[in-house]
Amino acid sequence: MLFVLLRLLPGDPANALLGVGATEAQIAAARTQVGSDQPLLTQFVSFVGNLARFDLGTSFVSKASVLGEIGNRLSVTVPLTILGFLLAIVIALPLGIIAAVKADRWYGAAISIVSQLGIAIPVFWLGILIVTIFAINLRLFPSGGFPLKGWTSFGEAAIALALPVLTVALVIAASLLRYVRSATQDVIGSDYIRTARALGSGFTEALVRHGVRNGAVPVISILGIELATTFLGAVVVEKVFALPGLGSMLLLAIQQRDYPNVQGVLFISTLLVLLIGFAADLLQRFIDPRLRGRAGAP
Amino acid sequence: MNQISIRRALVAAALLGSVAVAPLALAQEFDANATIRIGSLYEPQNLDNTAGAGQGINEAFNGNVYEALFQLTDAGAVEPKLVDSYSASEDGLTYTFKLKPGVTFHSGDPLTAADVKYSIERVTAEASKSSRKKSLSTITGIETPDDSTVVITLSARSISLPYNLSYVWIVNDKATDITASEDGTGPYTLGEWRRGSALALNRNDKYWGSAPSNGEVIYTYFTDATALNNALLTNAVDVITSVQSPDSLAQFSGNPAYTVTEGASTTKELLAWNDRVAPFDNVKVRKALAKATDKAKLLNSIWGDYGTLIGSFVPPTDPWYVDLTGVDAYDVDAAKALLAEAGYPDGFEFTLDTPDYDPHPIVAQFLQAEYAKVGVKVNINIITANEWYEKIYKAHDFQATLQEHVNHRDIVFYGNPDFYWGYNNPEVVKLIADSEAAATVDEQAAQLTEANKLIAEDAASNWLYLYPQIVVSAANVTGYPVNGLNSQFFAYGIQKAK
Repeated sequence: MLFVLLRLLPGDPANALLGVGATEAQIAAARTQVGSDQPLLTQFVSFVGNLARFDLGTSFVSKASVLGEIGNRLSVTVPLTILGFLLAIVIALPLGIIAAVKADRWYGAAISIVSQLGIAIPVFWLGILIVTIFAINLRLFPSGGFPLKGWTSFGEAAIALALPVLTVALVIAASLLRYVRSATQDVIGSDYIRTARALGSGFTEALVRHGVRNGAVPVISILGIELATTFLGAVVVEKVFALPGLGSMLLLAIQQRDYPNVQGVLFISTLLVLLIGFAADLLQRFIDPRLRGRAGAP
Repeated sequence: MNQISIRRALVAAALLGSVAVAPLALAQEFDANATIRIGSLYEPQNLDNTAGAGQGINEAFNGNVYEALFQLTDAGAVEPKLVDSYSASEDGLTYTFKLKPGVTFHSGDPLTAADVKYSIERVTAEASKSSRKKSLSTITGIETPDDSTVVITLSARSISLPYNLSYVWIVNDKATDITASEDGTGPYTLGEWRRGSALALNRNDKYWGSAPSNGEVIYTYFTDATALNNALLTNAVDVITSVQSPDSLAQFSGNPAYTVTEGASTTKELLAWNDRVAPFDNVKVRKALAKATDKAKLLNSIWGDYGTLIGSFVPPTDPWYVDLTGVDAYDVDAAKALLAEAGYPDGFEFTLDTPDYDPHPIVAQFLQAEYAKVGVKVNINIITANEWYEKIYKAHDFQATLQEHVNHRDIVFYGNPDFYWGYNNPEVVKLIADSEAAATVDEQAAQLTEANKLIAEDAASNWLYLYPQIVVSAANVTGYPVNGLNSQFFAYGIQKAK
């Protein structure tokens, strides 16, 4: 489907490659080279054949192997997404629980308000704000870029990711916090907490022993979706911080009508999103025994 | 034609060069092994300038990694580089080039005539996407009588041959995969390259010429102008090759930690009307609208005090420049009178196809307001770059459009009646064709100057302004090129104070 949609876009990749000033003969030559003169079906068959062999082809524009380039980009995007995500959990989990449990206190309400604000702020704006504060004014971190040698210069790479990770984390934390809060509220009002307390558990103990486990199930499915969204949404953060990630590769490839690159990135992203969903499912079954039997039940 | 001996000129140039550099070196001690970080918005897509790599590859590699037989200097002069001496036959159809002795490629192979032949044929080849392919199409044969001699035969005189050859990288004919690696003769070799991020050039210690003033150069690439400016503000880069957003200049100008330099640009903002269709086939209408445009106000509102007004398509760095800003100077009353004379006393209406990226939409709105004052109604039609290419450049289906033209020495477009704007003045066509067959550069310049005046008189297009070329650097960095002609950015002269 991706394949057909891409080809429906107006504009010939050959034109995009050559730019203004090309002759008809040059355009025809470029078409032959990128294969856009072939019937759509022929293009599709060769695309699927190569996919089966995990050969994503070579870029029209850079002439480099698509898979190799994606690997390079993932070494930025994956750590950015995962670290941002973990940091978001670290922020959102305790704050969300506090916001639910202490909803009647001023700080409980304050947390809810700030998270609402966090959801409303556009990512790029938050990124620019963070750059202005931590890079330009305080000079604590670089404003953008990634070291030339990548993770070989580990310290530099880690520092380069600090502000982007913070940006990603704050954005996810804001929305995650609301889910944690409502899941906790549901749990607090549930029968089993009341029962546990009746059996002599303190409120905190009941919440930790029974509540977290029950509340985690809906939160994990949300987490799965959030992680996938973050992975795809990292493009904005990558642009603000000039990071050579998967998102910026996709953006450029679309602008240049570089179909092999676009297809490759979308294929790998889809694969990763499916994997994340699968992992979230597994995790839920592990936490909630009731879900385990369901698949095999008549 | 007379024999051209250029050795003497070379020696003079070298002497001048050393005189010019000396005071700088005395004034401040510089670090000969410094790393210079260059921030740019133009990342090369691959490393081969005949394979659609974009302007970024010229910025990083021209003169730094690859050299040509001639070099277009930052001042706009064409000087011999890998050529030791050359001569042209009486009829101007045969050029003989003697190569500089002792030049080696980064791989260690010596430079030979066969490499030159291979390199020129790479550019003129069927599959080549070089923008210079057409200008080298008069070459009919390349002979290599010995290792240090190249003989080029032409089908017609081409006074611009040395200039056009300055775009042809001399590549080792044994090099493989130059889309991802290099084998040039320049003062730097390619170091690490990370797509989407940065590209490093290391000093070539075996360079045949004088050594660079720094140890390493890292081109760092940005897609966002704000991120690029932030990098300079936080010392992550030392110099920005070309500032594209006027608003950001305020951060740097007036701050002693930075140097803002305005060089000469070749990028022209143009209101191109379709000279084939009414009412723009009428020279009076074109002149009237040219007079109705307050270009000084337009330039100021977009670029503040930067940029240059031009009266034709020719920027001051082209050898055939003359100041023609007075030809159709701003005069609303004269514009109204001319419109009435042309049969449009109550004005008319036209559609302006406007590319959707800066600065075109703002320029379109400005023109809409200006032309309303003389009774002409402008309908703005926003289009994408791709639509522009299909509708205007290829199909010529338009009344008027806005476009930026970046090339150096591109007045020749007005000598082609089939070009998108459809300007057809046989006198200009002849002058431009003849100028290429001129016997001397002076003759060529005289003919193109004449053509330049004619297109201005005809108001062939409305040349709105010349973009500024602005380089901003940290104050401790000097010696970088300021004009960036042909997008080049020679890094070897850049010095960083200790």
